[in-house]
Amino acid sequence: MAAVKELKKTSYQVNENGYYGKFGGAYIPEMLYPNIEELRENYLQIMQDPSFQAAFHQLLKDYVGRPTPLYFANRLSEKFGAKIYLKREDLCHTGAHKVNNTIGQILLARQLNKKFIIAETGAGQHGVATATVCALMGMECKVFMGALDMERQKPNVERMRILGAEVIPAVSGNQTLKDATNEAMRYWINYPVDSHYIIGSVVGPHPYPDMVARFQSVVSAEIRQQLLEQTGTEQPDYVIACVGGGSNAAGAYYHFLDEPDVKLIAAEAAGHGITSGESAATTALGRIGILHGSKTLLMQTDDGQVVEPYSISAGLDYPGIGPLHAHLYDTGRATFYSITDDEAMDAGILLSRLEGIIPAIESAHALGALHYMDLKPEDVVVISLSGRGDKDLETYIKWGKY
Amino acid sequence: MSVTKLSNRIDQIFQEKKNNILSIYYTAGFPRRDDTVHIAEYLENAGVDLIEIGMPFSDPLADGPTIQHSGQKALQQGMTLKLLFEQLAHVRQTVNIPVILMGYMNPVLQFGVENFCRHCQQVGIDALILPDLPMQEYLKEYKDIFEAYGLYNIFMITPQTSEARIRLIDEHSHGFIYMVSSASITGAKSEIRPEQVAYFERVRKMQLKNPTLIGFGISNHDTFSTACTYANGALIGSAFIKVLEQSKDLEKDIQQYITAVRGR
Repeated sequence: MAAVKELKKTSYQVNENGYYGKFGGAYIPEMLYPNIEELRENYLQIMQDPSFQAAFHQLLKDYVGRPTPLYFANRLSEKFGAKIYLKREDLCHTGAHKVNNTIGQILLARQLNKKFIIAETGAGQHGVATATVCALMGMECKVFMGALDMERQKPNVERMRILGAEVIPAVSGNQTLKDATNEAMRYWINYPVDSHYIIGSVVGPHPYPDMVARFQSVVSAEIRQQLLEQTGTEQPDYVIACVGGGSNAAGAYYHFLDEPDVKLIAAEAAGHGITSGESAATTALGRIGILHGSKTLLMQTDDGQVVEPYSISAGLDYPGIGPLHAHLYDTGRATFYSITDDEAMDAGILLSRLEGIIPAIESAHALGALHYMDLKPEDVVVISLSGRGDKDLETYIKWGKY
Repeated sequence: MSVTKLSNRIDQIFQEKKNNILSIYYTAGFPRRDDTVHIAEYLENAGVDLIEIGMPFSDPLADGPTIQHSGQKALQQGMTLKLLFEQLAHVRQTVNIPVILMGYMNPVLQFGVENFCRHCQQVGIDALILPDLPMQEYLKEYKDIFEAYGLYNIFMITPQTSEARIRLIDEHSHGFIYMVSSASITGAKSEIRPEQVAYFERVRKMQLKNPTLIGFGISNHDTFSTACTYANGALIGSAFIKVLEQSKDLEKDIQQYITAVRGR
């Protein structure tokens, strides 16, 4: 089991003011200041405490099933003419990488003596991962979910309820992830002392992006060790991940951020295409702005109103991206590709047929990026397979082209 | 610290009046898109001391359902910051009391912070309340620009704000301090509870250099009077938006509501 190593300070790490380059910060109303300040003052100390690390890694091992395999995808490699490895986050308990973060944050919430947990969810994966750890720890759990998303993702709503969570419909705005996040933050404003808000991605006010990235960094720590065992070198040529808010990408990139030879590839959801008006490709369509407490790239109108994104993948339709990713884009450290619904679905079917793995549609976007890359036979490529496709069965069936 | 300009209308109000200051919030472009200036005029005629005009935003984090809904409707009716400044171009011909713009950072950022401040000065805005602009960012990035255009930045404090931070906020404040009455979003509560009174007392005993106005959960004569016992006055938002929502005759209903709040 690879321990999460403490990294050297690099320009890609958050600075002491909570910024990644010009992105990040904590643009929060005064009502949330004490909560955020409490977190900011304590998160590193708590996370770096050896007993916390021991408890975290014990649960990741025995409960989540880590380390997840790094699987050499033979037939996929042949197809694209490179050595392609899949980091199997889809094999985590609850079906995606999200649980790495919820395990970490609920342990942290206990250290801070919080009485109950709130969370937002879009497709329901983070909500399920939060409801799961709340059941594990016997803590009360409220999950905010857009009323429209509750309609679209009924099985996950019921999974959360079975796990004992209260699912609260967000009826404001467009009733999707963005509005669920607003509602969760409003609830937090109303109950600032006893509640901890488990944000599901590397978004929100500092220290959330850094904290979530650190919990997810177990992914790249394992990749290094597993690559070393399998190939004799710790460094791949490419790491590919999909980016909605960007938590699985942050985890997969984390221990490679400071190694320029490792090329970082991000797959954004283009929806029906970046010029179609129905897209979630934030770097292609966004400008710098402020949402949910963070200065980042944001899809918005000229008047600064946040635009409702679209993607076939409910986990990628967020109008912003985490400030780390905005910085990686801005500096050219990561290369971003916009993958359409069609390209992602084709890639999902392709992986199913070549490797016997039905990926989550989010993760299928990462696979879709392979078509755009100029790969050489000796290139070592790691793809973050962030989630499994079970939850997307209905979307695959509706798609039908298989 | 810059020289406090006595030309700011907010300072004039607090020099003339120490108690029972009433500030009313409403959303620009609501209930109808072009009501913005009329409502200001009716409020001044009804004897209100300050006006806060809300700049609608798609994601108003600190607002409850009433203000959220008014903003959403205003946006649907085509409200923008650019249009707001056009509406307010001649507001100073008919409105003399202080006017504050209140809203979220993102639309201001897209308008261009300096451009925004220049427009504020041109139409006669006295202060800004931007709940998601934290104090440190304000001091580092925006203070000089705001001050160059004669704009006060109004800070909020809450029951959870530490004494040290209240002192710091007091030091950097001009005009008044916005005392959020409880841990809540706007419009949440309808009465004032004992623990809130304890917080009001605590702040009063600190003898801040700035006046204080209590906001959030103030809706009627009772809550307004209670707030005025502990602060220089109070701010009303959601309750007033509800009046606007139901009104068939804005001038008459605004007059009636303000009279009722004042208890005259």
